[in-house]
Amino acid sequence: MIGTGSASALFRRDMKLAFRRLGESLLPLFFLFTVIVLIPLGVGPGPNLLARMAPGMIWVAALLASLLALEHLFRPDLEDGTLEQWFVGERSVYRRVLARLFSHWLITGLPVILFSPLAAEMLHLPRHALGTLIISLLIGTPALSLLGGLAASLTLSTRGASVLLSILIFPLIVPLVIFATGAVSMAADSLDPNAHLGLLAAFTILSLTLAPIGIAAALRMNLE
Amino acid sequence: MSRLLEAHQLEFHRYGNPVFRPLDVALQAGRAIVLTGPNGVGKTTLLRLLAGILAPVSGTLQHNARVAFVGHLPAVKGDLTCRENLDYERRVGPPGLELAEALAQVGLAGLGSRPSRALSAGQKRRLGLARLLVRKTPVWLLDEPYASLDDAGCAGVDQLINRHLADGGGVVLATHQRHPRVDASQLDNIVLQAGIVEDEQQ
Repeated sequence: MIGTGSASALFRRDMKLAFRRLGESLLPLFFLFTVIVLIPLGVGPGPNLLARMAPGMIWVAALLASLLALEHLFRPDLEDGTLEQWFVGERSVYRRVLARLFSHWLITGLPVILFSPLAAEMLHLPRHALGTLIISLLIGTPALSLLGGLAASLTLSTRGASVLLSILIFPLIVPLVIFATGAVSMAADSLDPNAHLGLLAAFTILSLTLAPIGIAAALRMNLE
Repeated sequence: MSRLLEAHQLEFHRYGNPVFRPLDVALQAGRAIVLTGPNGVGKTTLLRLLAGILAPVSGTLQHNARVAFVGHLPAVKGDLTCRENLDYERRVGPPGLELAEALAQVGLAGLGSRPSRALSAGQKRRLGLARLLVRKTPVWLLDEPYASLDDAGCAGVDQLINRHLADGGGVVLATHQRHPRVDASQLDNIVLQAGIVEDEQQ
């Protein structure tokens, strides 16, 4: 009960902070928008070409948007001392880690999902694949936050962490992108995408079970 | 008397060297423990161990009551107002004093709606102390609570500590500037010795 209280208090504060720094919070979404608008200008507006590239582009843009906010996931809390307060008299910070990751997802993952129908239309993704795109984003973007959180917590007290962070997260998200874009491409070709979506869900469930434990341990290590 | 916090043969290593000799700490309700010793002997490390932020290399630590820790960092968000910062603490719970009352007790009355980024170092310190009042935490672990406070602020800290001890709480504080003005019968001292690392290397 007490753990839940502290996690919901943290979530409320994170949301308050996100709205206070609205410009910073909207940056990932703006980034996504820029990528989706600029790439057709770069590769030419042919509908067939764009439609083939659409799943990959939307997913890579979602990934980069998520990466962009990772640097701020735990570092401000480390610097102002609120992170060490998580551990005072607590045996487990599991719920707080989950609360923090949930707010990260709300800021980076959810806007991408809300924006995805527009992006799909701009890239000429076949209409019947839109549902699969949204489902793949719904299942997959939480895993981006979870794995990103793991990389961010591991590199918390490292100098020049952004490079290391990107290198660490890269191999972890390769399967995610393969299954997700695979599902959308199959749906675009009017094939059954459920096998890919199932594997994607398994991947997310695996990271949901393991990543918060790793993050909690890595955070404590960084407080020494 | 009940023990709020018990540590037995607590040990911590930094870069493979012990920071201090294995320590026993027992905090009774209504008593204060003062940690003294020169810079770098591990006062902060010991407090962070007692808070549970650091995991000891060996030894046992038992919290029999809720713990609060005020360290060098104020642990407040600069983008939030003083009230919002305290409101967060109060929600973590269990709730103690009302926000306005807590702000008044640390001398920040009327500054509730100011962003805490705009506070001076001393005022931030006071806000950090106000965090102790909005939650009910019998054990207070204070790292240099008098740092960057003026005379009135230091007297205010003594008053907070005395009131907390009278309410059956316990305090462990590290200081090398000023001793808390607390009745001597309620006070225990732990003096950390300097240089045990160097001693072993010679």
